[in-house]
Amino acid sequence: MTTLNQTTGPTATRILGVGSHQPERIVTNDELSLHMDTTDQWIRERVGIAERRFSAPDEKLVDMAVIAGSKALADSGLSPSDVDTVILANCTMPHPIPNGAAQVADRIGVKAAGAFDLNAACAGFCYSLGTASDLVRAGSAKRVLVIGAEKLTDWVDPTDRSNAIIFADGAGAAVVGPSDTPGIGPVVWGSAGDLVDTIGMNPNPAGGNKVLYQEGQSVFRWATTKIAPIALRALEAAGITPAEVDVLIPHQANLRIVESIAKKLRANGAREDMVVADDIVYSGNTSSASIPMAMDHMRAAGRIKPGDVALLVGFGAGLSYAGQVVICP
Amino acid sequence: MADKPSDAEILEGLSEIVEEVAGVSPDDVTADKSFVDDLDIDSLSMVEIAVQAEDRFGVKIPDDELANLKTVGDAVTYVSSHA
Repeated sequence: MTTLNQTTGPTATRILGVGSHQPERIVTNDELSLHMDTTDQWIRERVGIAERRFSAPDEKLVDMAVIAGSKALADSGLSPSDVDTVILANCTMPHPIPNGAAQVADRIGVKAAGAFDLNAACAGFCYSLGTASDLVRAGSAKRVLVIGAEKLTDWVDPTDRSNAIIFADGAGAAVVGPSDTPGIGPVVWGSAGDLVDTIGMNPNPAGGNKVLYQEGQSVFRWATTKIAPIALRALEAAGITPAEVDVLIPHQANLRIVESIAKKLRANGAREDMVVADDIVYSGNTSSASIPMAMDHMRAAGRIKPGDVALLVGFGAGLSYAGQVVICP
Repeated sequence: MADKPSDAEILEGLSEIVEEVAGVSPDDVTADKSFVDDLDIDSLSMVEIAVQAEDRFGVKIPDDELANLKTVGDAVTYVSSHA
């Protein structure tokens, strides 16, 4: 009988570096209120956003991913030749074909990379991080560049006041590689396909790309009741208690959802001084980019130190969700 | 199971929930008040109130039913008839 080889890799992985990129243009609530029936106060109260960034028409999702990915590589002290795999989490490429990851790898200088896009919507980064860690541990990849990048403004009706105030553009990235000690806990992931219709795409009355819709109350109910238990399962899978979490970085969907998750974790033993990501206030909801972008911004602001224990949890269309514990680089 | 709560008990419970979720004084939460127009409660806070009411009273308040609960009195009647 023929016997096949199978690979194994290092037993432990960690995040070696992070980076992010935002478009230059800042869009304030006051600017949005010029085009639609809304106000700064209304937006802050409902979703907690003060401003967000919109890409220029010629700044593509792939362009943002290249910048964020290059910064993460530089932060890790590695060169492109040290990476052999690129995962691009996204749900807003202009077309299904070609994928974005191969272009990103080529432009960063990762030669002949294993490269694929991963669509788990706003849970995409956590799905990709878990996949990257397991690829390294299985010996399939040496080091993986994981990027979440989105150009949501291509897929939102700019006159739809329930969505145009929330979604924005940007990219965040992390490099995953071998480690002496475990730095990425097991991913806890799953989906709720029975709720598929609560977030989707509708034809745009003005023509062009379809546009995003969500059933706000249903999604809010799901996010505020089902996600904290997923986060607790991720802690359990990593073998740590809520009190050991230094930083909570949920997907930046809506500040009220973020605060609800934090409150539930504190009711389960998380510390009052646990730092909670609120990057949405100045970045909006950037789907798969939001978690690595928040981590990068919080580190730059001194709110996260190397070695901090961070709990990540992503959730969104599908519906899909994923979370894990990581040690901050 | 505990005995079915009286309307007064439901109103008291709801007013505590509304205070916790939206910071509204319990004295203002009376049957004739509209959640949106009188108490200034938005659609997402309504979801939080519904979720807490479900836990407290052991009822299910689906989102499509929630849309019909315009006043505090509507909510008391709904909980009372489903508890």
